[in-house]
Amino acid sequence: MEEARVLSGEHEEHTSTGLPTTKIAMWIFLSSECLLFGALISTYLLYRGRSTVGPYPHDVFDIPYTSVSSFVLLFSSLTMVLSLSALQRGEIRRFRIWTLTTALLGVTFIGGQIYEFATFAKEGLKLNTNLFGSTFFTLTGFHGAHVTVGILMLLTLVGLSFLGKLPKEKALGVEMVGLYWHFVDIVWIIIFTVIYLIPDPSSGQVTFS
Amino acid sequence: MRKLKLIGGSIVAVLLLAACSDSLDQSTLNPAGPVAQKQEDLFQFVFWLAVAVFVVVEGALVLFVWKYRHRPGAKPSGVHGNTKLEIGWTIAPAVLLAVITVPTITGIWDLAETPTGPDVIQVDVVGHQWWWEFRYPDQELVTANELVIPTGTQISIRLCAAGASGAANPKTANPDGGVGPQASGPALGAPCVDPAPNLGNAVIHAFWVPRLAGKQDVVPGRTNEMYLSADEPGLYPGQCAEYCDWSHANMRFQVKAVSPEEFSAWLTEQQAEAAVPGAGSLADKGMQDFANGSCIGCHAIKGVEGAAAVQGPDLTHFASRDCFAGCMFPTYNEDGSFNAEAMKAWLEDPPAVKPGSWMPNYHLKPDEVEALIAYLQSLT
Amino acid sequence: MSTAAMPNQRSGGLFRRPTATGGVWGWIVTVDHKKIGILYGATALIFLIVGGFEAMLIRAQLAQPNGQVLDAATYNQMFTMHGLTMIFLVVMPLGAAFTNYLVPLMIGTRDVAFPRLNALSYWIFLFGGIFLYSSFVLGGAPNGGWFGYAPNSVATAGDNMSFYAIGLIILGIASTVSAVNLAVTIINMRAPGMTLMRMPVFIWMTLVVQFLLIFALPVITIALVELLFDRQFGTFFFDAGHGADPILWQHLFWLFGHPEVYILVLPAMGIVSEILPVFSRRPLFGYAFIVFSGIAIGFMGWGVWAHHMFTDGLGPVANSAFAITTMFIAVPTGVKIFNWLGTLWKGDIRFPTPMLFAIGFVALFVIGGLSGVTHAVVPSDYQQHDTYYVVAHFHYVLFGGAIFGLFGGVYYWFPKAFGRLLNEKLGKIHFWLFFIGMNLTFGPFHLLGMQGMPRRIYTYPAGHGWDFMNMVATVGALLMAVGMAVFTWNVIATFRKPKDAGNDPWDARTLEWTTSSPPPEYNFEEVPVVHSLDEFWYRKYAHSKDGELVPVQSGASDAAAKGSYGGGHAGDHGEGADADHGGGHGIHLPSPSYWPIVAAAGLPLIGYGILYGWWMAFLGGAIMIVGLYGWVLEPSVEE
Repeated sequence: MEEARVLSGEHEEHTSTGLPTTKIAMWIFLSSECLLFGALISTYLLYRGRSTVGPYPHDVFDIPYTSVSSFVLLFSSLTMVLSLSALQRGEIRRFRIWTLTTALLGVTFIGGQIYEFATFAKEGLKLNTNLFGSTFFTLTGFHGAHVTVGILMLLTLVGLSFLGKLPKEKALGVEMVGLYWHFVDIVWIIIFTVIYLIPDPSSGQVTFS
Repeated sequence: MRKLKLIGGSIVAVLLLAACSDSLDQSTLNPAGPVAQKQEDLFQFVFWLAVAVFVVVEGALVLFVWKYRHRPGAKPSGVHGNTKLEIGWTIAPAVLLAVITVPTITGIWDLAETPTGPDVIQVDVVGHQWWWEFRYPDQELVTANELVIPTGTQISIRLCAAGASGAANPKTANPDGGVGPQASGPALGAPCVDPAPNLGNAVIHAFWVPRLAGKQDVVPGRTNEMYLSADEPGLYPGQCAEYCDWSHANMRFQVKAVSPEEFSAWLTEQQAEAAVPGAGSLADKGMQDFANGSCIGCHAIKGVEGAAAVQGPDLTHFASRDCFAGCMFPTYNEDGSFNAEAMKAWLEDPPAVKPGSWMPNYHLKPDEVEALIAYLQSLT
Repeated sequence: MSTAAMPNQRSGGLFRRPTATGGVWGWIVTVDHKKIGILYGATALIFLIVGGFEAMLIRAQLAQPNGQVLDAATYNQMFTMHGLTMIFLVVMPLGAAFTNYLVPLMIGTRDVAFPRLNALSYWIFLFGGIFLYSSFVLGGAPNGGWFGYAPNSVATAGDNMSFYAIGLIILGIASTVSAVNLAVTIINMRAPGMTLMRMPVFIWMTLVVQFLLIFALPVITIALVELLFDRQFGTFFFDAGHGADPILWQHLFWLFGHPEVYILVLPAMGIVSEILPVFSRRPLFGYAFIVFSGIAIGFMGWGVWAHHMFTDGLGPVANSAFAITTMFIAVPTGVKIFNWLGTLWKGDIRFPTPMLFAIGFVALFVIGGLSGVTHAVVPSDYQQHDTYYVVAHFHYVLFGGAIFGLFGGVYYWFPKAFGRLLNEKLGKIHFWLFFIGMNLTFGPFHLLGMQGMPRRIYTYPAGHGWDFMNMVATVGALLMAVGMAVFTWNVIATFRKPKDAGNDPWDARTLEWTTSSPPPEYNFEEVPVVHSLDEFWYRKYAHSKDGELVPVQSGASDAAAKGSYGGGHAGDHGEGADADHGGGHGIHLPSPSYWPIVAAAGLPLIGYGILYGWWMAFLGGAIMIVGLYGWVLEPSVEE
């Protein structure tokens, strides 16, 4: 992504809007991602309560468990912010620690998701069990894949840092990964609300226990 | 306007004359019932408005291109635009479109009303791959390929799609079994027909009789409704208008409009059980082959024991219909004789005649084919 | 293309960047937006010949009742692949070709924002196209229509529709990457003084298109993922038997599909808006209104999708609402057409081939637009829907519209890209063959549709009264095929000629004509400073009091102000060929890179892996990751 700078001359600020080109590109990309998740969430909402056979959401959900892993993911947004500000101040060591922490929290979330999927599968809910299974696994799986990509990017940043290729001046790259990471977190808040918190009509009972 | 309409009418008439020998006329420009007539009237109205706009715009284009073509010493204008003009040609089309919108909206609501009353005849139309089934729930009748209706009577139609368990169709069945919907459950809401169709592998079709009414889609899991009626007795061809794989082109049918008297006679005939051929006749052998062979697995014939399957067309009064195999063939030749030739080709290798046909090639022996033809011919 | 301007690479990086700029290798590793634009264009034109061949087979089959040219299965693959090819592999990439080539030149910059991403989009597009076509030898091409309606696209046997789903996902990724890149280029990399309202209309339309792509592609991507999951993993997204509603596919598809129509046609509208003023020798009439109507179309295009679904049984409320929105999207389109007429009005009009195609565009698009309005009249659409009347409508829009506009662009910018003018005589023959052929083919479709001929039927019996018109249509298609052959010959013959076009053969108005033909790798020796719309024109001409054009003496132009284009002898021979070696020292351009093609190569492998075994998908994923890491670790030349 360095090319943008090469082309617009030596100064990053030399752009039509005054904003870094990379940042605008990231925002445009994330707006596209919004529609991606928008379509998936719409599908989930449309098919809520329409499964013809079980297991239904209330049969498998463990809300406290998922709430904890959601909190872990949200917390990682904070560490991401700390990581960026550390690099911007030139504190490379702290940057590495916070970035690794963010990645670790992400891994924890993904581990939790894998465990949750495995538990559901054991209780008889799979991708091809019913409409709920199809929509649930596809939506959360897509999100999980996004988190995984984010983790890979974070680890790459740490690696680049150890190679000495991530000085203070390249904090923009970290900011971009950070934007992506925050986006993925925010999407999870919506997904968590839609899937777990809004009672499913087919369950016939409120799912809080 | 009146004059224009006349001219337009005569253009249409000439075009129709050019096609006068057409036995299978299914032109929307030749409506034969009130619904199609309404749709055609609206089309004519909008069409002539569009022609007027076309003449003005293309006329201006040709005029400008001619008038302002390059000449030595020409001084092209340096004008960048004109706000009044812009406002004008934004509002003008908007007004014109608003004018078209009014009859459009009233037309939509008009056609969305379901006719009610004692005279209305209810028909459930079931789209199969690739043929049409017609059920008269109040008359307890099931027929296929040919929808018989009385003239001047509102026919209220419910549309439903039917599939089959995955294995029924050798062409569309998935070889490894993992792909596509194999199982099936109940549809949402009230079932479209009784018994509820099996939705496995059911796809979308569209029911369309151009001379009587515009099309409506036949969507698995949904029950769409429409109505139509015919003014005069006659045969009105129709066909599936939503792509449905292999033999979409061969998913044809016809509406046969008859006088109310003929219709009630037809009802009585159809409600009767199938004719039983004389013992020992060729048709009798055909009946035995039907009942003991593969046919009975998919086809129903009222009066033949165990023949109640719903996968294929009900054959009880097969020979009373004017066409078969998704109306690919007339049942009778022009001289009135039974179309045994097409029947033979069909029975010998259905998928060769109708690509993708769910009726597989059973490699029937020549004498079986002959007997079956005789039996089918007897099912008046 | 010289590398003289490149500073030596530092050896500090893990990987070196390639330096080749010539030969085949030079094309493979290029990150130059002009070369990528040419690659897009050449690929699209090859696919146009393939898609045209499919169309000829279709017309051969339907020329007579009970045609025996194709069987049902082959026909269904042909019409599906014809649609997919023309939309995703011809019109979209042809638009992308112009966008890639012209955006930096027209806004006065040296390359797009992310040159390597640009290369990546092209390679993904190419591999996506090859993936889609590989289905022909791997058991059968997609056969469920370009619209792929579920549940038919789920139920149909074989891998055909899986190729469709995966292929379109891959092509969608290519378009998304490219759209982000070009949008940000236009937003952020304009030459000094190039304010938004000084941007050429083509750039405006392109910007709208990039945003349509950015928002529309994710929607169909999800639809395709759901279709693919239904097919490969047994999910129930479109299975009514399990409580799903097959109509969901149609909503998602057309939520993409209608903006897609504008994605296809807006670049052509932009091109026409560039060509008409140049050959009328007067400013575009109502620039601001053309721009705003383009933006309005972009917004309104999101609110009309269900007009593709009037016969679905969505109910009278939905049908009324979408009838109204559909009616009124005709207004901004009408505004554009009136302004184009206004541009011709009081012009000094000449008719070289680009202008013929542009005028042809206006003439034919009007027909497509008007028949579009008749579709909005829902009760009569119940009759027209899924008939040849619709086929006529969208071919007038997409062939008479998009393809005519794009060919106008090919003739117009060919001298800029290659330094040679295409032969005018052959160009005019091409135009008239296309114009007459297209009307002969698609005109009768209107009548066939009204006579009750449904779309997508591989055969029809005699007796419907369709025989004559079908034969006429096939004859028209033959004329177009001849036209395409003439064009191909024209291109081949032109490449044998010397580069004699000069910088500005048409006496044009926009910045790309200020630089040499073909432009140097760095586009402009000095980044231009822009003072007005039609910047180049006002460097060349001033208007005297009585409205006469007066050449500016000190103008930067070396153009033949006498306007003697068409003969291929416009002045300044050879300048274009030499200029690029002279200047440009000290301009830093990104070096070529291998990594885009490596990263792109992983995607089709992942696609095959879904169908043929996970090891292949993992291999593809590994290649992609290697490509991306190589990309990240690659030294940037400036370091």
